[in-house]
Amino acid sequence: MKLIAKSERCSGCGACRLVCALTNFAQVNPAMAALSIHGRFPAPGVYEIGLCDQCGVCAEACPVDAIEENNGVYLIDADTCIACGECIDACPHGVMFEHAQMDTPIKCTLCKACAEICPRDALQLAE
Amino acid sequence: MLNGYAGAILRVDLTTETITKQPLPVGLAEAFIGGRGFVAKTLFDELKPDTDPLGPDNLFIAASGPLSGQFMPASGKTHFGCKSPATGGYGDSNLGGHFGPALKYAGYDMLILTGRAASPSLLVIEDDSVSVRPADNLWGLGSLSAETRLKEEMGEDYQILTIGPAGENRVKYACITHDFGRQAGRVGIGAVLGSKNIKAIAVKGTQSIPVADPKGLLEEGKRAYRDVRAKPGFTGWTPEGTAGITDWINRVGAFPTRNFQTSYWDQHTQINGAAILRELKITDKGCYCCPTPCGKYGRAKTGLGDVYVEGPEFETNSLLGSNCLLGEISEVAYANYICDELGLDTISAGVVCSWAIECYEKGLLDRDAIGREVAFGDLASVVHLLECIARRRGIGDLLAEGVKQAAQKIGEGSDAFAIHVKGLEWSGYECRNAPGMMLAYMTSDIGAHHARAWVLGHDLAGSSGSVHDLIVSEAKSDKLPKSEVSGRAATVIESQHLRPLFDLLGICRLQFMELGFEVEHYERLYEVVTGKRMTWKQMLAVSEKVWQLTRSISAREIPGFGRGWDYPPERFMSEPVPDGPNQGHCISRKEVDILLDEYYAMRGWDSNGLPKVETLQAMGLADVAASMPEWACHRST
Repeated sequence: MKLIAKSERCSGCGACRLVCALTNFAQVNPAMAALSIHGRFPAPGVYEIGLCDQCGVCAEACPVDAIEENNGVYLIDADTCIACGECIDACPHGVMFEHAQMDTPIKCTLCKACAEICPRDALQLAE
Repeated sequence: MLNGYAGAILRVDLTTETITKQPLPVGLAEAFIGGRGFVAKTLFDELKPDTDPLGPDNLFIAASGPLSGQFMPASGKTHFGCKSPATGGYGDSNLGGHFGPALKYAGYDMLILTGRAASPSLLVIEDDSVSVRPADNLWGLGSLSAETRLKEEMGEDYQILTIGPAGENRVKYACITHDFGRQAGRVGIGAVLGSKNIKAIAVKGTQSIPVADPKGLLEEGKRAYRDVRAKPGFTGWTPEGTAGITDWINRVGAFPTRNFQTSYWDQHTQINGAAILRELKITDKGCYCCPTPCGKYGRAKTGLGDVYVEGPEFETNSLLGSNCLLGEISEVAYANYICDELGLDTISAGVVCSWAIECYEKGLLDRDAIGREVAFGDLASVVHLLECIARRRGIGDLLAEGVKQAAQKIGEGSDAFAIHVKGLEWSGYECRNAPGMMLAYMTSDIGAHHARAWVLGHDLAGSSGSVHDLIVSEAKSDKLPKSEVSGRAATVIESQHLRPLFDLLGICRLQFMELGFEVEHYERLYEVVTGKRMTWKQMLAVSEKVWQLTRSISAREIPGFGRGWDYPPERFMSEPVPDGPNQGHCISRKEVDILLDEYYAMRGWDSNGLPKVETLQAMGLADVAASMPEWACHRST
């Protein structure tokens, strides 16, 4: 199972990013979210969602093998991670982030909260 | 630590470039909740006597509320306040988008600007880092163009406010623009920012907002989103947004047409919500965390240009559309774009343009004065007037002062059809046969604006249901009977506490007003966010207190303020509606006095509309009551 984006349905409200941070870190702080929304304004006037499709490029880039796959989801082992940022640079979708309050990069855990909350069904789950 | 709040106030004295951060007083949060409450209390406490609204001593305030930026439907509202350039009294205006949440994530519940920058400047807030930077390269740019430039230079993570040429030139109804189409449009708040030489404010925040119960917030937030989605209006109201009410408004004869000469237009389907979807829309554009985005972003192609624009929403459709008789939605959208880029409030600008065109028709303004022929229904006329106003060119210099002052200057009876209250132009509902809504406009604390109370459903359909209920209701008759005037005050006052309560909390009211979303959600969300229990009724009591405070501020600031400032324009009291469902109806001065007498009595005000000492004391506003002897209302105008 993975997340898929229907960007043409997105209205840019950002509820997905807030619920992501609240679910994974118990924080009201969209800067801790593991997905992105880019507004293309004034033209052409569309939103583009950036999300993790669990491609695993981050795991390949990690020099200390801190990112491991489990049932199709790549997760960071905080004890192993050295916060070098190689995975952030390598992510082809630009959806791994650093944050001053976090010891490790922020990465999608496929918790599904974003897809559950999106009022536009712009985020969906697919096999 | 105050849960639910960022916990700090950011003050910038632009004259001295002194930047101060102070803790948010617990007492302020407890007594005034946030947003509009913070704005009103700060203006009362800090505004110096006889401050020029466009002088350096005026305050520019931006404030969010405890629910702003929280995980819940539509938590994106920011409230702005100042001494109003439009009225000289209390002024506030709010916008959606993402600015207030960003300010909160940066660590601030309120931003207060005082003084005046020595040259055009940009205020940049990045968490703890705050700087005032040169913006000479931005001065003169349109609002949308300036935002585009700043996003290109700074990155799209910044939430940006801009003003256009109208704000730079201190037009009394200049707005501030955000997120390519969201405006705090009213009271001339953009002129205040322009008077401070601030072209733009950019905010980027990366900090967490402390909340009492994060797990509870996650559960209650999810429940709220589920319940919004279950409302019939979720799929019924959202697609067209605010413009979806156009057909109903016209059906009940409340659609301002031809400078409010009438209240019905048989061409309304050319500019209604369906027309927006059919001819303009590219995408729905949502404010922060909004599940029901009313913003319709689109592209308008006219003979004058091909533009991208958010809107028009209902108010713009009404004041630039029917009121100027622009008969194609692309024309209304183009005029909307011109206003956005110039930084003009579409409501006031629409009223001023329609007044000027009527003056031209009546021979009170000629071609030489205006600079060209102008006519209702002509987009080029409207665009010409808007450009003149924003740049204070020719007749625009007078029109930029607002319809009240322009009519005083032109004279010859033109004040009778200058559609305003207190100097603020009337928004999108004609109500010669809607006495409750008429009273709402007359007593709105900022002037003739609908945000404070909206009771048209009660007036014209006997309904207290949601807007979506009205939209899907069946028409009952083509001709409406004359409405009873007496007995309207209680409903108006209830609405005047209810709608502005959302402005205290820092959230959008539309889920509640338009879809019928239950208020119990807000009680639970307030509790998990702040850790404090407050019933809806208790919150309404705070809203009532703020109402008494804002009236007091206007009485303190405006010489001669009182009953005389609450009357509608003469047109509504002497010209019966010529056609449509309310044909033949108007409201007499005697009926207006009945409305005011009943309202003042229920408010605890004297017959001149001034709060009584005991009323203010009962509201916990003893300091306000004590200041009454110094109020400017006791001086002659």
